[in-house]
This record gives sequence, C-alpha cells and structure tokens, in this order.
Amino acid sequence: MNNRLSLSQAFVFLLRRDLLVALRNRAEYAMPILFFVLVITLFPLAIGPVPELLSRIAPGIVWVAALLAAMLSLDSIFRSDFDDGSLEQILLSPHPVAVLVLAKVCAHWLVTGLPLLIAAPLLGQMLGMPQQALPTLLLTILIATPVLSLIGAIGVALTVGLRKGGIILSLLVLPLYVPVLIFAASAVDNAAAGFDVSAQLTMLLAFLFLSLSLSPWATAAALRMSAS
Amino acid sequence: MSTSALLETRNLSCIRNDRHLFENLTISLEPGRILVVEGPNGCGKTSLLRILTGLRLADGGEVLWRGEPIGQQAADYYEQVNYVGHHDGVKNELSCIENLRLARAMGIPSNVGLDEILEQVNLYAYGDSDVASLSAGQKRRLALSRLLATESLLWILDEPFTSLDKDSMKLFGGLFEQHLQRGGIIVMTSHHDISLPQQALTRLKLGQQV
Repeated sequence: MNNRLSLSQAFVFLLRRDLLVALRNRAEYAMPILFFVLVITLFPLAIGPVPELLSRIAPGIVWVAALLAAMLSLDSIFRSDFDDGSLEQILLSPHPVAVLVLAKVCAHWLVTGLPLLIAAPLLGQMLGMPQQALPTLLLTILIATPVLSLIGAIGVALTVGLRKGGIILSLLVLPLYVPVLIFAASAVDNAAAGFDVSAQLTMLLAFLFLSLSLSPWATAAALRMSAS
Repeated sequence: MSTSALLETRNLSCIRNDRHLFENLTISLEPGRILVVEGPNGCGKTSLLRILTGLRLADGGEVLWRGEPIGQQAADYYEQVNYVGHHDGVKNELSCIENLRLARAMGIPSNVGLDEILEQVNLYAYGDSDVASLSAGQKRRLALSRLLATESLLWILDEPFTSLDKDSMKLFGGLFEQHLQRGGIIVMTSHHDISLPQQALTRLKLGQQV
C-alpha cells in the first residue's frame, strides 16, 4: 500500500507551488524585470542622442543588464523556503532532492528569465539594434538565462544559511557568469555585423547542458550542508 | 540490543562550538514507544532531533533504522519519517489545503481526506484562507496536521506544543497516543507537561554528562 506520487508528479507539484507563490508575491518577483527595463532605458538618457554609438553597444548593454537582473533575483530561489522551514521538508522527502531542486529552478526561470525574453527585443529595438540581430538576441536569452539560474542556484544553496550571504553570493557566481556573458554578447554582436554565430550558440548550448546535468546535484548537496 | 528495535542510535555524539553536547548516546526504540528528550536550553535537544532526521550529521556514532545506517537507505528512511521542526514549514502565501497537498506530494499520502484532517485539528473553517492570516497557534496546528496527511512510522517533533492552547495540546496528545497504538514511534522535545501513556514513555535527560 504505497500512494507515493511518481517523481514527475512531485516535480510538477513543486513547480506549480512555486509559480503560485510567485503569483501571490507579484511585487517582489517583478523587481528583476523592472530593473532590467530601467537600466536599459537609462542608457540612452545618459549617453545622449548618438544612435550609432547606442546601436553599437546595444548587445553589451542588454546582456549586462540581463545578467545583473538574474543575479538580483537569485536569492529568492531558496530564501523563503529556508526561512520558513519548507526547505527541511523538501530535503526530508523520499524523492531525489536534485529533481525537486530542478523543479524549483525551473519555476524560478519561468518567473524571472522568461519575462526578459519578452522585454529584450523591445528594448533592443529601442537602442537601435540592427534587425538581423534580434533573432539571435532572443536565442541567446532563451539558451543562456537558464544557465544563469542553474549556476546561481548552486551559489544560493551554498550561502542561504549565512546571515550576510549576499556579497559572497555575487563574488561566487559572477566569475561563473562571465563566460556566459562573453559568448552571449559576442553572438549578438556578430549577428548585428552580419556574421555567422553558430559557434557561440553551440558554446552556449554546451553550457546549458553541462549546467543542467551537474547543477541540480551540486545544489542539492550544498542545500544539505546549509541546512545542517 | 534487541532485534525488534526500529530506531537505534549507537554511541552518538554531537559537538557544537567546541562544546560536547552529548557523547556515547545509545537509544533503542521499538514500535509503539515515545521518547521525550528533556533538558535546559542549549543542551542539544534540537541537534539530537536533527541528527535523527539526517539533516545534521553526527560528530560520532550512527543512527540505525531497522538495523541499517540511515545514510545508506535515505529514500526508504524518509518514507517513514515525518519531521515537524522549530519552523512550521508551511508557506504563508498558500492556503491550508494547498499546504497540505504539497506535504502529501513530498511524502507518502495517507488515506485520510484533507477536509477530514482539517476538521480534526479544528482548522476546517480556514481551509481556503491564506496561512499568513492565521495565528501562530493555528499555524502550528497546520504544521502538525502534516503528520496525519502523510503515512509515516516515525514522528520527530521539536517542541510540538509551542503556542498551542490547552485544548489543542490535549487534542494532539490524543493523536500521539493513537499513533503509538498503531505501532508508530515518536521522538519529541517538550517543556510542557502533557499526559502521555506511561508504559510507552522513555525520558532522556540531556545536559548532565551521559
């Protein structure tokens, strides 16, 4: 007599629960996307009306803003669960913790990464990014923002038990974010200049699969350490 | 060491901030037993409970479930364990029902209906309200109702009666007794005097050298 849910059901359940919590906590989760939009809109104001310059640096601006927005949102992956004890319950579940962690990271990406995907082309347009670069911009965001969430989850899991983990978290994940930034921005840059970008995209895909297969395990192990 | 013991510890020790909280702690619990851990603040009650759940690693010794170290059978062990810790482990943004549903998804669901469980812990009227609007005692009752929503043999409870009123304490005392009669095991800490079946009760005093 064992009514235990299958692993996929438990996965979907935790994903839905996190989305529901985010929906009821809209204001807090709107912060990263708001930050993304604000930073990018401030650039033309600060730099002045020089369309050539703006369109030249647009890929870099969009990607730096996306990266900082992702970092800003990281703490929310595990913070509230750690504070209210839900994390202990997740760790004590008979289901593999790595899979449950992946559900939480997926939910986090849907809430913080997906909105960037919608906002980025508009903001790219606003900065005067060349038309032919927009599909590449979308592709890089689609492939690379999950990488940011997955890598960030490890960092948050390591620091969530510390009282002032914020600074350590940024020092910890930023170096790991840099390769993503380099390849993503370079892909958009090359696309704007009309070059082939398959090399950069392949590299980003490699990052995605690598982090997808390794990060949940590392995160689960780090959470166990933080919870003890 | 009897073979019928479900939960055992062998020479367990715990060190915290260079203080030896306990050493060479050997416990053995058969089905139907309740262990109440007592002692002054900071004597290692919570640490002991967390070691038993596997959330914290012991600094020496081991915890055995059915004669095997819990680390080697984590998934099987966690099917049997229900832990209500210091924190309630309920989400403020969700309703009582949603919280219980999640608890079920994370463990082995019992056959009792969720409405029935809420009725048992006197939270039926609050089923659809957000947990954020509940009082501390009501939240505690919701956390404890997880014990009924999932099927498990071993209940590990850290101060389960915090912020509960007298009636609720009696209510859960009764539920604990039923669990023991079904052959379950309870390990708990408590500063409250509650009536527990004497023949099933073991008391463990921490704080003086064992």
